[in-house]
Amino acid sequence: MIEFQMPNLGADMEAGTLIEWKKKPGDTVHRGDIIAEVETQKGLIEIEVFDEGTIEELLIQEGTKVPVGTVMALIDPSAAVLETKKEKTTSEKPIALQPIEEKTTVFSIKASPLARRIAAENHIDLSQIKGTGEDGVITKDDVEQALATQKEQVPKGDKFPPDDAKTLAQIEAVRKAIAAAMSKSKREIPHYYLEKKIDVTKSTDWLIAKNKEKSVQELLLPVVLLIKATAKALTDFPELNAVWQNGLQLKKEIHIGFVVSLRNGGIIVPAIHNADLKSLDEIMADLNDIIPRARALKLRSSELSDATITVTNIGDGGADTIFGVIYPPQVAIIGFGNISEQPFAEKGMLGIRTSTFATLAGDHRATDGLTGSRFLVALNNHLQNPEAL
Amino acid sequence: MNEEEIKEIIFQLLKKIAPDTEPSTLKPDENIRETLNIDSFDSLQFIVALNKKTGIEIPEEDYGKIATLQALTAYIENKKT
Repeated sequence: MIEFQMPNLGADMEAGTLIEWKKKPGDTVHRGDIIAEVETQKGLIEIEVFDEGTIEELLIQEGTKVPVGTVMALIDPSAAVLETKKEKTTSEKPIALQPIEEKTTVFSIKASPLARRIAAENHIDLSQIKGTGEDGVITKDDVEQALATQKEQVPKGDKFPPDDAKTLAQIEAVRKAIAAAMSKSKREIPHYYLEKKIDVTKSTDWLIAKNKEKSVQELLLPVVLLIKATAKALTDFPELNAVWQNGLQLKKEIHIGFVVSLRNGGIIVPAIHNADLKSLDEIMADLNDIIPRARALKLRSSELSDATITVTNIGDGGADTIFGVIYPPQVAIIGFGNISEQPFAEKGMLGIRTSTFATLAGDHRATDGLTGSRFLVALNNHLQNPEAL
Repeated sequence: MNEEEIKEIIFQLLKKIAPDTEPSTLKPDENIRETLNIDSFDSLQFIVALNKKTGIEIPEEDYGKIATLQALTAYIENKKT
């Protein structure tokens, strides 16, 4: 029997609240199917399943706050072994839920899945609502009524209009998540920092020419080249595409966590999966998909938990250099500053070139400056050959 | 499309991209991206949305010509006629 556990969606995550099961016992699941929706500090996340089989049992009730690693469901990988396995499972107790605050109160509340979902999205405490459904079950109407009352109660002339109550709670949650992860990083990871000025004239000229052949919907942003070049350079430096968990663990696949800044402050870092294997158009399509979803805090579990390294890009008009803070348990973060014209000396000549300052912050437990330096040289080389990206 | 209608479309599309801002308070010569804090990704989304709404294609080399509300309005007016 496969145990489906509450996934860890970031170094800072301790628990998530199960909002809704998307599958029921007896349903067949395939790799990548959405099994549940979980409310976390990073919004309402669709949790994917990474096994094939039939849902045997759902162990957690909707509305429960569940610590990371808790077994939430049992999945039978094969119908053929169902009979023999079944007995074994019933005798084996699932890992005890480690109750954490709120659990007991929330657990006993009866509410419809839709009501729970609306309540979670609007950060409404179900324990404060009286249910009018059968057996006192809280219905969608009850939650909407509570929501309307809550809005009325927000004093007029407040700094933020009532509609922003949800946004404010989200900003706060995101801030807390960043604070936890970055504090852990600076507490535990001995960072080293490197910088290289990279001439991106060839790359940007090539991109402008390429974009001329494209319709406005297909246009590529310069950051796509930076992401692809990073991914390609990483193939030669696997020790930077890794995590530090009881020692260095190399990751086979290159999933680039791309820092997306939220409009109301805060950042979120969804993963661009297998960036080294994707074409520039595919990476752009990924950005077009994940950036709006990241900003709406509507990502999938794999997008939040799979990143093997982070890329942060300041964008045009901003600061020239960014020295990142590593997102644990990763071991490196690559930063790109504003792309701007810079004086560039080469072979005794001085010229003005379109440039960016690329930086690397590395975990000194995992690698040394020499590795980081070689990586930045490789990154530079890839950006001098944009047609090969 | 007159100037007011063009501005109305611009405000509407900017509001979609930067919902926390009030594009209609933009001064004619203010840099749109800087004032509303719009990054290159959102800037591209705006150009795509503008293309869908008006049919106008703005080539990359013209991005410098549409930095302010006044410039953008004039650019669209010019392309439409």
